[in-house]
Amino acid sequence: MDFSRRQFFQASATALATTAFGFDLSRAQTRAKELKIARTTQTTSVCPYCAVGCSVIIHTLGDRAKNVKPTVVHIEGDTESPINRGTLCPKGISLKQYVVNDRRLTKPLYRAPGATEWETISWDDAIERMARRIKDTRDTGFVESDDQGRTVNRLDNVALIGGCTDTNEINYLLGKFRFGLGIVTYENQARL
Amino acid sequence: MTNGWTDVANADVVLVMGGNPAENHPVGFRFAMEAKRTRKAKLVCIDPRFNRTAAVADHYVPIRSGSDIAFLGGLIHYALEGELYHADYVKQHTNAAFLIEDGFGFDEGYFSGWDAESKTYDKASWQYQKDSSGFARVDETLQNPRSVFQLLKTHYARYTPERVAEICGCSAEEFNRAAETICSTGRAGRSGTILYALGWTQHSHSVQLIHAAAMLQLLLGNIGMPGGGVNAQRGHSNIQGATDMGAWNMLPGYMKVPRAPWRSLDEYVHTNSPAPLRPDALNYWSNTSKFFVSLLKAYYGDNATRDNDYGYDFLPKIGEKDNYSWGFFFDRMNRGGLEGLISFGMNPVANGPNTVKMLSALAKLKWMIVVENFETETAAFWKASELAGEYYPGAPDAADIDTEVFLLPAACFAEKDGTFVNSSRWLQWKNQALPPPGDSKPDQEIIARLFLKLRELYEDEGGTSPEPLTSIAWDYGNAISPDLQEVAREINGQEVATGRQVPGFGALKDDGSTRCGNWLYSGSYTADGNQMARRGQEDPTGLGLYANWSWSWPANRRVLYNRASADADGKPWDESRAPIRWQGGRYTGDVPDFKADAAPDSLGSFIMLPEGVAKLFAPDFVEGPFPEHYEPAESPVDNAMHPAVGVNPSATIFTGELDTLGTRQDYPYVALTYRLTEHFHYWTKHVKTSSLLQSNFFVELPEALAAEKGIQNGDRVRVSSARGTAEGPAMVTKRIRPLQVAGRTIYQVGLPIHWGFLGRTKGPLVNNLTPSVLDPNSGTPEYKGFLVNMEKL
Amino acid sequence: MVTVAKLIDTTTCIGCKACEAACQEWQDQPFPVGTYDGTYQTFPDVRHDFWNLIKFNEIEHADGGLSWHMAKFQCMHCVDAGCITACPAPGAIFRRDNGTVDFDHDKCIGCGYCITACPFDVPRLNPITQKVYKCNLCSDRTAVGLEPACIKACPTNCLTFGARDDLVQIATDRARTLREDGKASAGVYNPAGVGGTNVIYVLEDAAHPEDYGLPNDPTVPWTVRVWQGPLKWLGNAALVGGILGTFFHYIRFGPRHADEESS
Repeated sequence: MDFSRRQFFQASATALATTAFGFDLSRAQTRAKELKIARTTQTTSVCPYCAVGCSVIIHTLGDRAKNVKPTVVHIEGDTESPINRGTLCPKGISLKQYVVNDRRLTKPLYRAPGATEWETISWDDAIERMARRIKDTRDTGFVESDDQGRTVNRLDNVALIGGCTDTNEINYLLGKFRFGLGIVTYENQARL
Repeated sequence: MTNGWTDVANADVVLVMGGNPAENHPVGFRFAMEAKRTRKAKLVCIDPRFNRTAAVADHYVPIRSGSDIAFLGGLIHYALEGELYHADYVKQHTNAAFLIEDGFGFDEGYFSGWDAESKTYDKASWQYQKDSSGFARVDETLQNPRSVFQLLKTHYARYTPERVAEICGCSAEEFNRAAETICSTGRAGRSGTILYALGWTQHSHSVQLIHAAAMLQLLLGNIGMPGGGVNAQRGHSNIQGATDMGAWNMLPGYMKVPRAPWRSLDEYVHTNSPAPLRPDALNYWSNTSKFFVSLLKAYYGDNATRDNDYGYDFLPKIGEKDNYSWGFFFDRMNRGGLEGLISFGMNPVANGPNTVKMLSALAKLKWMIVVENFETETAAFWKASELAGEYYPGAPDAADIDTEVFLLPAACFAEKDGTFVNSSRWLQWKNQALPPPGDSKPDQEIIARLFLKLRELYEDEGGTSPEPLTSIAWDYGNAISPDLQEVAREINGQEVATGRQVPGFGALKDDGSTRCGNWLYSGSYTADGNQMARRGQEDPTGLGLYANWSWSWPANRRVLYNRASADADGKPWDESRAPIRWQGGRYTGDVPDFKADAAPDSLGSFIMLPEGVAKLFAPDFVEGPFPEHYEPAESPVDNAMHPAVGVNPSATIFTGELDTLGTRQDYPYVALTYRLTEHFHYWTKHVKTSSLLQSNFFVELPEALAAEKGIQNGDRVRVSSARGTAEGPAMVTKRIRPLQVAGRTIYQVGLPIHWGFLGRTKGPLVNNLTPSVLDPNSGTPEYKGFLVNMEKL
Repeated sequence: MVTVAKLIDTTTCIGCKACEAACQEWQDQPFPVGTYDGTYQTFPDVRHDFWNLIKFNEIEHADGGLSWHMAKFQCMHCVDAGCITACPAPGAIFRRDNGTVDFDHDKCIGCGYCITACPFDVPRLNPITQKVYKCNLCSDRTAVGLEPACIKACPTNCLTFGARDDLVQIATDRARTLREDGKASAGVYNPAGVGGTNVIYVLEDAAHPEDYGLPNDPTVPWTVRVWQGPLKWLGNAALVGGILGTFFHYIRFGPRHADEESS
């Protein structure tokens, strides 16, 4: 309070001085701040939310410096796209909030039976343990033939879901993974 | 979408029903607004709520959730009775002239062939009459009483405007005004499009609903036309691509996963290569063997040989009547039938029906692997009881849950490259802008590391049937994190001997000399490079085709069924909107949905179908060849069409302990769920934008209901169904009009989805209230039109 | 230099809030948790850290019809800007060559006169920094020839940026088209009471701007006119200024509520 009142008096004093000069406020100019995307690296991408398929430009800084991880400073619509012509919806226009987000997961987590908390786990340990679980389940659950003796080679007791937010190429690799294991229970968001 | 986003700008009438694009696809909706602005197109919005789309519509008609087939049936009747349909188109491009077996009929809610014991139809009477060559018999005059056209007229004669009003709750005048506008497109020179989404797919009769829409568009001559089509506005960025890549019963490219009775490659090919039903039908699926063998070569590489049926036996086979879709496998999980679940970016606790059942089912797993950007309710399902136990009383405590959970941090879209397929079927390549944060990894690396570790375990230790796994071709340059360009090239297809990219699916062979990961995408990555990354701006037709921007399946075709945009001789119905033209022995414009060098009159216009024409009468679906109005599984009224048969007789209704249905006495109000523009599904509750722009769950209810209950705007209310409850502040609105249905006032209540027990702002999982009721064809749950009660807290 | 303006065609607004998010994002504004007031609106009003607000209004017509008006609201960049007139701190509020009304926060003294003087009730005081904030029409973007962030984001062509004279013509034409299509009371909102605005609206019902959250006949308060004229010399007296500020505010908006500035 003290500070602001003193500041107010100071400012008023300035006001006195300049109005005495008859300064025309309407023509005053200050330099606009520098554009935050003036020095960025631009990467074209596609919005990950709905299926309109808006093209976006991701502006990053720090790409060209050694030992510095690039950060996203802005994401905007790509004016060349015949779909969105540079426009976006409120979710798309603020995609930076999704990418740069303190809630992002950054470490593999593990929850033991009966536990009430996560614990962190290394990737190697996670891969090792997950593969072991999958193999144990497959080894006991794999059905080679049905009750009529017909070859079915399928795994009924593991389900694999997802893929709608991931690329075709990932979905294709998931298909190889799925059929390698014999998984039939394979579903995605399209059903819901 | 049969057409695409940019094409909507070509429409004269935009019918939005079963969707709310202004809310959920704002950028796609810009083309509807463009049509309004530049063509003076009329926007018609039919919805239970006066929503964001209704706010800019020329006609808005409120209807009761779940009554859409009655409305569409009314439109079909309106078009037929008023002779507003496009007669030449119907004759030329549909099966209106086909004759149906004499035994086919419809009586009091059932089509012929119903077996009450097994609750299934015997479809024998739903078939075409055949001549001695096995072709369907036709009557080009359409006058034969057994013709599809006459049967259609009879079936929909019952859907009068008055009957529509009685079922839907609008007035007959409101219906007629909308019908007049919609059916104004039933002639050459006018185009009308339909935009729909989950408001149509989330019913126990959803597939028939969309069938009805397709029939209406065929009658009006709007399929294959710029500014026409039946256009599903798909939800997730690559939900189209994920679907193109398979499902429990589908291989990539909509080929079927083998069933146990198809014991060899030959039997598979025979069963899945239909015979033509008309002499002039191209019957494209007769090429199944080329696509299928090329897929097996892509999957199994050198391990796929002529001698082992190209590895046919490595593929799993499902039983004749098995159903592994969503509702069925979660039901099985809840009965202890699964040990493991692997989820890549999906949140079943939030998006599956009947939340407590989801929580209960996951607790019966031995292990679960979740790959995500954020901690989801699914990954943390074991916290539900602690964090929100009062809303999920059936959720077990963490101490009692033995499920091991692995939660793996994944790269987000900006941190990896690859392709998304949008609703227009455009495959758009995206580039990586930065590395993923911390220890998170791109999904291809997670999949590859897990796959390679499993293969190593089987090679080192042996185990049950290792061959399907060890036979998979995984010879990528960087096996532990495959380059997605390399994967995209494999998906496009290559000659095995040379490794050269094939130019398109026409080059695929069934002799093992080609491999192709998805025939539908063949042509997307050719010898000329990555077609999906193209950024050409050209649009020579002016129709918004943009043939050089990205790449569209199939074959870079932008408007499906575009052959139907012209008459029998190939003369466009509308010179200003001709996607293709037959000139000098070839087609110009869009890639023709036709044999490229065949004259317009040489073949049927729908080349994928054995009929060679589109199906007004379709025996493909389980509950009938014509759509019929059935009530939702929970309905406030009897079915006005046939009171004895209220609900779709074929609907999947689970009957386990947690699968309860409520009565209209206990739960008098109709509820529907939906998403808001500020949110993306259950995902953005971790993103600050969404918690800023629409922070709170709320319950939308009509003013009159609020007055009855003494509820003021902002008062806290509890909404309950036979499954569970949700609580939040009331949003009392004029925008949900009370409806007069069957002589009673029916109130509808709106429940937006997004929140859960995790996130920046928390709230109820609305699926806590939704029923375990599915469409029998698609397996999609009935999230629209279930019953609730409401109380002020 | 040409005077620029923003055209808001409310007949094509779908309330998607892309402009709101674009404004927050470009201006590096905070993303606090929103409030719930029983409407679809993000906040009840603009804030010192939220300059672009779509107002949602449900209007029931005499014939039983319903309208759900959505209209973007922000600084109007008035031709005759009450805020500039009222501001006692030289250069704190100024007009750029392109007609935009902007703040120089180094010079703002937080007196709040501009808030009082604004016929649209737009500027807001940040209680922490004691400076006043509002839309600056993305001066950093317009300086290099880019459109403001809200304009770029808007998916439905509801928002247009350009030379004011051109936009007035486009708005007039659009309103005429709407009238020809049966929207009899369609018109342009460009209120004369403030000399016109550099944010121009097309309204389907121009006879009732209040249905869109816009004042019917905005004018610069007489108190501000008086201040600008014979009383202007008083402006340098800080204590009198404080009293005057309170006086202006009371005349314009009635008693000040305790949480008004911090909501």
